[in-house]
Amino acid sequence: MALPIYADPLERIWYYSYRVICALIFIFLIAPIIIIMPLSFNYEPYFTFTPEMLRLDPAGYSVRWYDNLLTFGMSAPDAVRDSSWWADVWANAKWVQAAKNSIIVGFFSTIVATVLGTIAAMGLSRPEMPFRKLIMAILISPMIVPIIITATGLFFFYSDIGLSGTYFGLVMAHATLGIPFVIITVTATMMGFDRSLIRAAQNMGAGPVTTFFKVQLPLITPGVVSGALFAFVTSFDEVVVVLFVGSHEQQTIPRQMWNGIREQISPSILAVATILVIFSICLLTVVELLRRRSERLRGVTPS
Amino acid sequence: MASSDMPAENDVLRTVDGTPLKAALANASRRARIRAFILVLPLLIFILLTFAVPIGQMLSRSFTDDKFSANMVELGKWFDANGKAAPDEAAYAALAADLATASKERSAGNVGTRINYELPGTRSLFTSAARKADKLEAPFKEAILALDPQWARPDLWAAMRSASAAATLNFYQAALDRQIGADGNFEAAPENVQIYVKLFIRTFVMSVVITGLCLILGFPIAHLLAVLPLRHASLLMILVLLPFWTSLLVRTTSWMVLLQSQGVINDVLVALGIVGDDGRLAMMYNQTGTIIAMTHILLPFMILPLYSVMKTIPPAYARAARSLGATSWTTFRRIYLPQTVSGIGAGGILCFILAVGYYITPALVGGADGTLISNQIAFHMQKSLNWSLAAALAAMLLAAVLILYWAYDRIIGIDNMKLG
Repeated sequence: MALPIYADPLERIWYYSYRVICALIFIFLIAPIIIIMPLSFNYEPYFTFTPEMLRLDPAGYSVRWYDNLLTFGMSAPDAVRDSSWWADVWANAKWVQAAKNSIIVGFFSTIVATVLGTIAAMGLSRPEMPFRKLIMAILISPMIVPIIITATGLFFFYSDIGLSGTYFGLVMAHATLGIPFVIITVTATMMGFDRSLIRAAQNMGAGPVTTFFKVQLPLITPGVVSGALFAFVTSFDEVVVVLFVGSHEQQTIPRQMWNGIREQISPSILAVATILVIFSICLLTVVELLRRRSERLRGVTPS
Repeated sequence: MASSDMPAENDVLRTVDGTPLKAALANASRRARIRAFILVLPLLIFILLTFAVPIGQMLSRSFTDDKFSANMVELGKWFDANGKAAPDEAAYAALAADLATASKERSAGNVGTRINYELPGTRSLFTSAARKADKLEAPFKEAILALDPQWARPDLWAAMRSASAAATLNFYQAALDRQIGADGNFEAAPENVQIYVKLFIRTFVMSVVITGLCLILGFPIAHLLAVLPLRHASLLMILVLLPFWTSLLVRTTSWMVLLQSQGVINDVLVALGIVGDDGRLAMMYNQTGTIIAMTHILLPFMILPLYSVMKTIPPAYARAARSLGATSWTTFRRIYLPQTVSGIGAGGILCFILAVGYYITPALVGGADGTLISNQIAFHMQKSLNWSLAAALAAMLLAAVLILYWAYDRIIGIDNMKLG
């Protein structure tokens, strides 16, 4: 959008002030995420930049809050840091336990959501699918219905059938929340899929299973993987359902953060937040690379 | 009676095995439909089991509560027989019998809780009466009234009558700020205890404000991304997608850090001398905090649909308008803006739907006046334990969201929902 040569002065002013406005909005979007990173290295237990930090004095910075993530909940945090100390971290540290729980629940719910979601998206993208819109609306609804309503419903349902406080129940609930993302990303990939490739494969004698694994799956893999990443992030970031149906032992990272924020917010939370931001930067990179690969595979050239 | 335009029997096209071609085609397409449906079936069953059934069960709970009816059997019989008649000696006898049973089964607390939902402050009436129920003797009316004269209250009997059936609309009445009056009928609750209708209105107003702010902030960004060369746009797109991929709790925490009275924004304002040290702005634990943090969180949901619409608008239209003599403002208003309406609709409805049901951010930064209806549902689920009222509030919120969802589908179509 270069400034045209026939622009009058008013338009010139607007052209540059528009850029400034956009820059300010971008700052609004990104600043809150960036600002917690240096603050998590604060030596003092404050949520603002101390004079030492502003002078870039090394004494103003420390990794004590990151260290606190390991020691919090340990049986002997002050012992010598040898192998038994690390074993203690692995077995007792609260945040490590929470991370383990988050990864276990996230991993299994992602698998359930991705497998069921991909198979369903194959059916949904067929032109002959009956009641396509209605079924699509039902399958997307877990993303639309407020999470508190889903959690309330699951609370009653799980207490009746004895699933509350179980990992199985939590995995099922998180899979349900992740499914809309898998459906959306995989059907979007399937839209650009050339169906004559399937007929070609069948023409050459491939059965439906061979056609799926040898022809369809390689082409839709980028969509499936980014759907799976969405499902994982949904589970990894979910706190309300865990609060309602999880037992006391089932502390996940978001739940631990939630408790930390509600009770007494300490810079340890900022340390966790920083780690999570770095984690989401990695995820974003993977998704972006996958999107480009998918466009290349489908022959879409960037305009 | 064959009509003239129907082909004669032997003119029908047939396949090799002799079935008419039409029937064979219909068969084949039916099989294809069934095959497609079978692929979707496992997920559909899964969603029904883990999503639709729990929500259905919650809805049924909003209409029922058997804490009173299951424990007060005799009184239930009396109400069935006598309807709205004033309580007589038989009614008090039934009450005494039920209280004695409740005392034995230790369920008087539950019974009292149920009536307490309708008439706050009456729970102790039931628990203390149940403790002395064994010693009650005929005539029961005098005996019970001697325990506590409040037992003669007509609104108490009206509450017990309406609680004597498990199925009830009382929780919806309560969710609409209506209560049992002195004459036993439902009436509007006094002004100072009306909370739910106000809360619904506040939720909707705040959602409109947040959606409007998202539109104001999202429109320029989406436009800039759509008109910049792709190389620059995809770099700037990262700034939109990174917040989208970042944990909700992380973003809420960041805003708490920024907005608190000893936080970064206030420190900067004090350092710049804009506000005095004792005049630090209260931007958290109030509506301001909720609106700022939620606008930030929902902004990507506005930018992404707007961007995907704006990308398809050919720049030639605007150039044509300019060459025909339109000013840049007219070009924007008459040519560009109308073409973005579908994006505005998609982003607006999506933001609004998400805002109306938001829970986490208002709970953490909302304080007293910045919380939404979801927070009240959570309060009744976790603190006051009035689960049926929570379910009734949730059902009303669900109805609102489903209407919006239906509108979204009609206007934009669910197939067109995109992520990143």
